[in-house]
Amino acid sequence: MASQVDALYIYLLMVAGVMTALIFLAVLVLAIKYRRARGHHAQQIEGSTLLEITWSVIPFFVMLTFFIWGAVIYFKERTPPADATEVYVVAKQWMWKIEHMEGQSEINELHVPTGRDIKLIMTSQDVIHSFFVPAFRLKQDVLPGRYTTLWFKATRPGRYHLFCAEYCGTMHSGMGGDIVVMEPQDYAQWMAGTAVAPLQETGKQLFSALGCATCHRFDVQGRGPNLAGVYNKPVLLEDGRTVIADENYVRESILNPTAKIMSGFKPVMPTFQGIVTEEQLNALVAYVKSLAQSPPGTAGLQNQPATSPEQPQKMQVQ
Amino acid sequence: MASTVTPSKRAPAPTPKLNYLNNGHTLKSWLLTTDHKRIAILYLISVTVFFFLGGFFAMLIRLELLTPQGDLMQADTYNKVFTMHGMIMVFFFLIPVVPAVLGNFLVPLMIGAKDLAFPRINLLSWYLYVVGGILISHVMLTGGVDTGWTFYSPFSTEYTNTKIVEAGLAVFIAGFSSIFTGLNFIVTIHRMRAPGLTWSRLPLFIWANYATSLIMILGTPVVAITIVLVAVERLFHLGIFDPRLGGDPLLFQHLFWFYSHPAVYIMILPSMGVVNELITCFSRKRIFGYKFIALSSIAIAVLGFLVWAHHMFVAGISLYAALIFSFLTFFIGVPSAVKVFNWTATLYKGSISYATPMLYAFGFIGLFTMGGLTGLFLATLGIDVHVTDTYFVVAHFHYVMVGGVLMGYLGGLHFWWPKMTGRLYPEAWAKLSALLVFVGFNLTFFPQFILGYVGMPRRYWQYPPEFQALNVLSTAGASILAAGYLLPMIYFVWSLRYGKIADPNPWAAAGLEWKTASPPPTFNFDETPVVTWEAYNYDEIPAWERRTPVAR
Repeated sequence: MASQVDALYIYLLMVAGVMTALIFLAVLVLAIKYRRARGHHAQQIEGSTLLEITWSVIPFFVMLTFFIWGAVIYFKERTPPADATEVYVVAKQWMWKIEHMEGQSEINELHVPTGRDIKLIMTSQDVIHSFFVPAFRLKQDVLPGRYTTLWFKATRPGRYHLFCAEYCGTMHSGMGGDIVVMEPQDYAQWMAGTAVAPLQETGKQLFSALGCATCHRFDVQGRGPNLAGVYNKPVLLEDGRTVIADENYVRESILNPTAKIMSGFKPVMPTFQGIVTEEQLNALVAYVKSLAQSPPGTAGLQNQPATSPEQPQKMQVQ
Repeated sequence: MASTVTPSKRAPAPTPKLNYLNNGHTLKSWLLTTDHKRIAILYLISVTVFFFLGGFFAMLIRLELLTPQGDLMQADTYNKVFTMHGMIMVFFFLIPVVPAVLGNFLVPLMIGAKDLAFPRINLLSWYLYVVGGILISHVMLTGGVDTGWTFYSPFSTEYTNTKIVEAGLAVFIAGFSSIFTGLNFIVTIHRMRAPGLTWSRLPLFIWANYATSLIMILGTPVVAITIVLVAVERLFHLGIFDPRLGGDPLLFQHLFWFYSHPAVYIMILPSMGVVNELITCFSRKRIFGYKFIALSSIAIAVLGFLVWAHHMFVAGISLYAALIFSFLTFFIGVPSAVKVFNWTATLYKGSISYATPMLYAFGFIGLFTMGGLTGLFLATLGIDVHVTDTYFVVAHFHYVMVGGVLMGYLGGLHFWWPKMTGRLYPEAWAKLSALLVFVGFNLTFFPQFILGYVGMPRRYWQYPPEFQALNVLSTAGASILAAGYLLPMIYFVWSLRYGKIADPNPWAAAGLEWKTASPPPTFNFDETPVVTWEAYNYDEIPAWERRTPVAR
């Protein structure tokens, strides 16, 4: 991605350079050629509609090329590949906490292998921060109360600066770290260094410890929807809208359950705002997401599990 | 003050004609004046105070950044320093400077009116500005604010312990000063033009101020509301912006930039207006493409309201919103480019002299061109993601605001100084300062473009050592720039007493303001002028060298 951004940057520099040179040169040449000291008398010229149109339309089309090229790159930057490795990021005053799916967590460092698509799922515990890696030409604000994502594929091993780019208080300039890009085998070795529970396992334990499992059941219909296979599927809401149950929806449903009630359910779930930490929330979200890949439910009443993504899932309370 | 600007003391003027300056010498005659020209002088003094205050903070920033470590001051202090620099420069200098000083002085004069439509509201504007200014100074002296001038929530609403509400109130009050000025200009320009002065004969400075006034009255209330929301959120925790209470932190950014992007045009448009007057006068030419320049001001004012979210491409707005705002942003490039092309074309076949105001106009074209073109980089989505919130942005907006606005303002101040004070400034010193400003400015801010692209984020108190060389260059440039700004301060004050006496029209310029005495009488014109000519009728005005030999 960095080389694509640089290519566009060089194109812009060339166009801007030519424009600046033309205007500077024009002003300089005209100012010297028609200087008063040479005894010039001004010749009055009213203007020219043709010229005005020319110098409005041509720059506009040149700018259109900036727009299209820039938009193409942006579109790629904002569209993570479906099979990217996910990493959770929690920003807080003034540190970056990184949580790998395998369970490893690190602070102000993110280890990644070369050649693999990495998708960061980021949130902030307090104010707005911004995850900025100049070497990747990438930046994404990290907000409290929601997830934003950023993806990249590192190609060259090394350490790269990680900066916070959105002013966040006293130690804003100290809220940095490193992206450590490793060869895949080194990375595997680094990963194997410590034995920890994968993120979704932590989430699963939380799911039962917090009592989520009493209502969100996999065997019989509970008071809440069965969460198997919900992730990334369209969900029909009580008010008739349909939303995709993405990370932000799952997150919101934990913190503010009444905001978007699934059709057929009552707003009985208590909020977990202030009860779970950002890290626990990530684990829960990771767990709910894992349910989409391997529905655990034994037998029981799986009410209309979403079979096709086009069909909004509707569940009934028994 | 009254005694220093009075030229009658040493002037060998045979008849001390009654003018707006010597018409009353008491402090009361100044503080309770309703004369737009005296109010302009009051503004001139107060914005100058704030300019040097803001400049002092700028120097502190540059000194801290001389080394990679945070060593000159504490991190919190640095954060407060750049916040005060931004707030003072934006709200108390750049926004009022050209409309409130030059606009106040010139709008009635240029349209042949005795005063603005609401002289007392005009005085009220100045008082509101002063109250806001005192309040922000109070905030500064009693602890300061550390949010940056952008007040981003939830940092400003939930996490900082500094004086947000008071600082917000200062901006709120100063905002009404600009709303009243805008209102006054609009009514004045509509209702009080001299007979024969049709819209198509108006000087382009008037068009620019008209467009600016539209933004002032339509945009400023939005920032006022936003400030109230921040205060309410901070005091009562209503959950407008706080996601934990169901609020949306991005809502703040939308509201803030809905005003603060158009505010950029409040700053630059009047300066562009000044440039029209300078280029025509010192080329002895009609402006090239009058209608297109006039309409481009209005186009900028309108389009300026449709591009705010280009500040938010990485903030978490939707992909499609970003595409639309990027696209719309390129539209606003067109009217800005049209102005630059027309100014350049005006030089063609002119009779060009290099008086100081013209040097500033050239400087404006150069720096605004670079500021504008780098704005296109930021409008380009793929580039913006990388360079937003870095020094690239800092460099870009200083090129537009300092390079553009200040060049226009200083050019205008030199140009109309003889009209305002009845004295000429020393030309050689003025040329030197124009040169210092241009060189110092580029040396300060050009390295910041590079710094931004190699990745130095803005608002950093300490930074990795590889960024040091460029920061040192920038600080060195800032010291030259400071000298360039101090010099006019000195010779302008000097000229009040020792400058040559100016005749009514020392530049042989077109425009009604030059048809009355320098300084003008309290009611501007002895009799209401009747306009029968187009703007910039330099073909009908005898050239400069065949008139007075002053100020060459």
